[in-house]
Amino acid sequence: MGDSAKMALLAVACLLITGWFIGQGLNADNYQFFLSLRFPKVLAIILAAVAISASSLVFQTITNNRILTPSILGFDNLYVLIQVLLVVFLGSAHHWVVNPVINFILSCVVMIGFSLLLFYFYFKRQGRSIFTLILIGIICGSVFSSITGFLTMVIDPNEFTNIQDTMFASFNNINGELVYWSAGPLMLCFGGLLFYSRQLDVLWLGTDNAISLGLDPVKITRRIMVLVTIMISIATALVGPVLFFGLITVSLTRELFKSYQHWVLILAGSLLAIFLLITGQWFVEKVLSFQTTISVLINLAGGSYFLYLLMRNRIN
Amino acid sequence: MIKLTGLSKKYGKTLVVNDASALFPLGEVTSVIGPNGAGKSTLLSMACRLTESDAGEILIGNKLLAEWDSRELARQLAVLRQSNSINMRFTVRELVSFGRFPHSQGRLNDEDQRIINEAIGHLGITEIQHRYIDELSGGQRQMAFIAMVVAQDTDYVFLDEPLNNLDIKHSVEIMQILRQLAHKMNKAVVIVIHDINFASCYSDHIVAMKKGEVVKAGTVQEVVCKEVMESIYEIPFYIQEIEGQRICLYYNS
Repeated sequence: MGDSAKMALLAVACLLITGWFIGQGLNADNYQFFLSLRFPKVLAIILAAVAISASSLVFQTITNNRILTPSILGFDNLYVLIQVLLVVFLGSAHHWVVNPVINFILSCVVMIGFSLLLFYFYFKRQGRSIFTLILIGIICGSVFSSITGFLTMVIDPNEFTNIQDTMFASFNNINGELVYWSAGPLMLCFGGLLFYSRQLDVLWLGTDNAISLGLDPVKITRRIMVLVTIMISIATALVGPVLFFGLITVSLTRELFKSYQHWVLILAGSLLAIFLLITGQWFVEKVLSFQTTISVLINLAGGSYFLYLLMRNRIN
Repeated sequence: MIKLTGLSKKYGKTLVVNDASALFPLGEVTSVIGPNGAGKSTLLSMACRLTESDAGEILIGNKLLAEWDSRELARQLAVLRQSNSINMRFTVRELVSFGRFPHSQGRLNDEDQRIINEAIGHLGITEIQHRYIDELSGGQRQMAFIAMVVAQDTDYVFLDEPLNNLDIKHSVEIMQILRQLAHKMNKAVVIVIHDINFASCYSDHIVAMKKGEVVKAGTVQEVVCKEVMESIYEIPFYIQEIEGQRICLYYNS
């Protein structure tokens, strides 16, 4: 089966599962109520799926590594730390914590600001490889999670239960307004990645060949990092920490699709991600009847898959 | 024509290339020879913008290197380094198509396809053009990479040790193709090469380097002689003329 046939099949599967997810149990009396709940949820799932899979794919290209995802830069940990700090210093009833729009904008601004600051100081000096940046990201990430751990130990247990919700990704109580807010910037960044897709293709050949073919790999890397940062920050602030998900979709996309072209892989990965997330959410709602959140499923599946990838690489 | 004047490069405190000057004319094959650590690859990388020089001037055509727009320069100058490990599966044809990137930014038109076909035919890899790169032998893979450079269709072609790890047949074929590129298509072909007999038999010009400096530059007759070779490599040389080619013997010491 060719790539385009697979893509069409995937698109149909996405449409079917989305349609079913939105449409099940609707009748003339209840449709307004259910649609107003389900539509933002589905849109949030689609946005998060696209943002996470597309950014993970290009992140693997610019780092030239098949098992990295942007989560390694510590976005998840930073997001949880922001939430914990807000509760510790302002209390769980403060409107910066309670108001979803303010909380969302605050989280995005801090995450994007922190990363851009890091990139700025990092790329200002010549001849730095991206791997040092990743190492700095890992260190920052563990510092953030240590501070979070410390603060949650000393905090009032009642406040802690408030924070606990933010530590796991969930589509169960998505704020409709936020979804519409984040759609614009996410789609712009997605378009940006597609715009760079042909240049990213050339990066497969390595830095020297890319320069020989007229590209400036450092400049492209910097721009892609900015786009990835914005996408990941918004997606994390929208649904919580789900970055393991990127690893699953990107690896599966590469298994399924033989193309090297980024625009094919980005589109296919996004479709696959939408299909997986909506199926997962359906599973959480109908089979597990909301007993757990989707991030538990993602971490279970993602963790096992990651181990499988490592084992297989060793055997080869 | 490419003209290098007084190029220098330091890594930390070590001077890798010291005040090197050289000329790479169109329509000729120029070989850069010398022992390991002589600065050959560094000189080549500086001339083709992969490494920045600390001092000196690089003139490409009639413009300084710094004045070239990188996309435009990619239509004039192509370079192939020695190790090309690729983290992705490509077919030979897909790889060669990348050579057209500076011209078409990834959207191949009929003209691009024609040039890709020509390059593939030129290197004699038409039969394997739909096979994946990682399934090929070292020699076939190198042919595919050189076809990419040929498809880039530039006036200047730089190759860093194109014969590395290749058997005699592939080496001879590649050198013949490079000579054709220079003589028939009027390109400046510059190669870094370790096998001095290949350099002697297939080049028009030779630049000999030692310890970061250009010791001697000139025609094969001028460079491939006992005094120059012995001073560069520091072992005894016997140089014989066989069928009009200068052949170096250096095995009996």
